[in-house]
Amino acid sequence: MSAHLPILQVILPLLAAPTCLLLGRTQLLWMFTCGVSALCAVISFQLLHTVHTSGDIIYSLGGWSAPVGIEYRIDSLNAFVLLLVTSLSTVVLCAAKQSIAKEVPESRQLYFYVAFLLCLAGLLGILCTGDAFNVFVFLEISSLSTYTLIALGRDRRALWASYQYLIMGTIGATFILIGIGLLYMITGTLNMRDLAQRLPDVEQAHTLYTGFAFFIVGVCLKLALFPLHLWLPNAYAYAPSIVTAFLAATATKVAVYVLIRFIFNVFGFDFSLSQFPLPQIWLALGIIGVFAASIVAMSQHNIKRLFAFSSVAQIGYIIMGLSLGTAAGVQAALLHVFNHALMKGAIFLAIAGLCYRLGAATMNEFKGLGKQMPWTMAAIVAGGLSLIGVPLTVGFISKWYLVLAFIEKGWWMIVPFIVIGSLLAVVYVWRLVECAYFQEADSKREAGEAPLSILLPTWILVFANIYFGVQPQFTVHATSIATLGLFGATP
Amino acid sequence: MILSSHFNYWIVIVLMMIGFFIVISHGNLVKKLMGLSIFQTSVFILYISMGKVAGGTAPILDEAYSVYSNPLPHVLILTAIVVGIATTALGLALVVRINEAYGSIEEGDIEMQDCDKLDKENANK
Repeated sequence: MSAHLPILQVILPLLAAPTCLLLGRTQLLWMFTCGVSALCAVISFQLLHTVHTSGDIIYSLGGWSAPVGIEYRIDSLNAFVLLLVTSLSTVVLCAAKQSIAKEVPESRQLYFYVAFLLCLAGLLGILCTGDAFNVFVFLEISSLSTYTLIALGRDRRALWASYQYLIMGTIGATFILIGIGLLYMITGTLNMRDLAQRLPDVEQAHTLYTGFAFFIVGVCLKLALFPLHLWLPNAYAYAPSIVTAFLAATATKVAVYVLIRFIFNVFGFDFSLSQFPLPQIWLALGIIGVFAASIVAMSQHNIKRLFAFSSVAQIGYIIMGLSLGTAAGVQAALLHVFNHALMKGAIFLAIAGLCYRLGAATMNEFKGLGKQMPWTMAAIVAGGLSLIGVPLTVGFISKWYLVLAFIEKGWWMIVPFIVIGSLLAVVYVWRLVECAYFQEADSKREAGEAPLSILLPTWILVFANIYFGVQPQFTVHATSIATLGLFGATP
Repeated sequence: MILSSHFNYWIVIVLMMIGFFIVISHGNLVKKLMGLSIFQTSVFILYISMGKVAGGTAPILDEAYSVYSNPLPHVLILTAIVVGIATTALGLALVVRINEAYGSIEEGDIEMQDCDKLDKENANK
């Protein structure tokens, strides 16, 4: 049984999705979905443990070994991201029942749970697989279900956001498909390990460069690197709150994983980061992304949109870490992937609580909320502090590692940009705080605290923010092993 | 010579650019989706033509045939075609619902309506 864990991880949510159609009642659906997601989290915890104690796990699908069949390969990198995705999806799902009951009409709630499970299956599939074409297939499974999830939003603008994401996401995925096709033309294999072995000897350099460029642009569209982020703000702002929390915590993180995996384990470190001016491009786009997105975030009226722009800025930090091309830089990027998922998960779940009580999350609604919904507001403020990078929160840990990585590389000039970028975050978080704590509510609205079923998962994530900020041993250990694996595997 | 011996790639590139241009330039949502379909189809042709071996037959295990085309890209692209159909279907379904909600399938109209709504929201402040 334990030998089949890598495939079970993907098969479980994939089979659970159609099973949902047989379960009629919402209560049952919710419990079932939570159970499946929790089971995946347990499996991924077990996988991470196995990888750390006894090395990589290789699973051949259907007993056909690598060159012929598709293999799933779990190493310290994807086991870490697997744990992140499954545990966050479980926490988010725990809060889903009441929030979804409020925001999605009864007749459509079934589709939410089905699409959620399919999206989870797609994301986990991308993480598990060791086959390049499989990445594309799972990417499309997760994307198509994401479009559906976004379109479930109450506002009609959700439809428009979903359509725009569909167009851009499909272009990105097709670019990835072209990239993989060109790689297959010159190597004759789709297995990532085989690709890594054969690519250095390839003579058709032009085809390789073209494939590389298509692939990187496609993935960068998926992870919403500035200026390819245009689909993200509206998609996050108008999707149901729970969907926003789930997407912000997992979807872009998985795209970052694909990028890291292909750069290091397929194209090879030397090829991607020294033959191409990629580090310079990434560094520039990362810095511009942090600044542009933070500045736009300041003027946002819709709070979900505000934090969506802040997500684009955080992706900028992650890309800056990758652009260094050193072990320290990649570790900082991985830490920020984990930590950013925690902060955004906490913030968007708290906003889901707000939307449950108030129906919308605009600056106006925030007036006087510090008194009316103290626990929910406190969670947003804690998440905001973490976003800024205040010590004792996870945000501090990853920014600290990022700054150290830049100093180690000798790029001193970049450090002030990181600090100023964090100060910009202070501005937009402060706007919220000022509104919530120092202004009186203008109408006589009776807004109580968010229901416990939403508040509890929110605070679990807030505590995770603080716990991993005070005791970062687990994340630092797991990311350093993952980074070692990446740099050790590079020929 | 390159032009004629690699004509399949030229077709791919021309189709790809036509599709991409339609997606970018047209404001009609259905036309955009059609452009997206053409764009995807060009990639299907890229995959299918790369597996073709000159003079090869279909991969049939028979002593009479020794040269046959590579079936793997063809199988791969079957998957991608299914994905493409799913994408188009979902996109068209979205267009139907956008039409119900906005009463229009022109990009300009929809954005205008959203802008008006945003202005009203800000005016109510």
